[in-house]
Amino acid sequence: MIPDLGEVFVLAAAGFVVLAIAMFYRAVAGPTMQDRLLAVNVLGTNTVVVLALLAAGLDEAWFLDVALIYALLNFLLSIAISKFTVERGGVL
Amino acid sequence: MIETIRVWAVVILVGFGLFFTLVSTVGVIRLPDIYSRAHTASQTDTLGAGFALAGVALALGWQHATVYTVLLLFFVFITNPTAAHAIARSAAESGVEPQLAETDAGPTEPATDAETDGGEVR
Repeated sequence: MIPDLGEVFVLAAAGFVVLAIAMFYRAVAGPTMQDRLLAVNVLGTNTVVVLALLAAGLDEAWFLDVALIYALLNFLLSIAISKFTVERGGVL
Repeated sequence: MIETIRVWAVVILVGFGLFFTLVSTVGVIRLPDIYSRAHTASQTDTLGAGFALAGVALALGWQHATVYTVLLLFFVFITNPTAAHAIARSAAESGVEPQLAETDAGPTEPATDAETDGGEVR
């Protein structure tokens, strides 16, 4: 029996969303700034994977463009906040 | 036949990606300090996203969207450890102490014991 790939991708995307919601615990309760930043970084990677899975599962190829831009901005956010935390004592 | 193998390979790759992301989530939630959390997050999250994106690329076949997916895979592979390194370095430079084993166990007795034993052997 061959599984339907569209259903497999949508179910896997649902699993990734559940794991991302569990990751929110560390982003809210992390004792230091870097714990929250790490949790947000992992959340962003999960979002990229969910976008790619939905692009294949729902047959919407333009989701991949959104995923590529999201990955770029996620990397930029992590680097910028970790640099500002050291040099200026925070972003705000 | 070859179609069946391809479909099951996609399912196995996506399942591996989901498993490694589960390991990453459990590690980030349960490990004790920022350095061990950065370690488990970068390792397993790179593998999780890599396997899932490889499954997507294998399912899409030979078309334009596959190029985007492979590009995304390489980008995630390069930037994820870099970001984890920057976060751990910012933690070290802003004075977050790593949790060591001596702080939990009694610091005096095992230290002197190991000191004398190590001195004798060497």
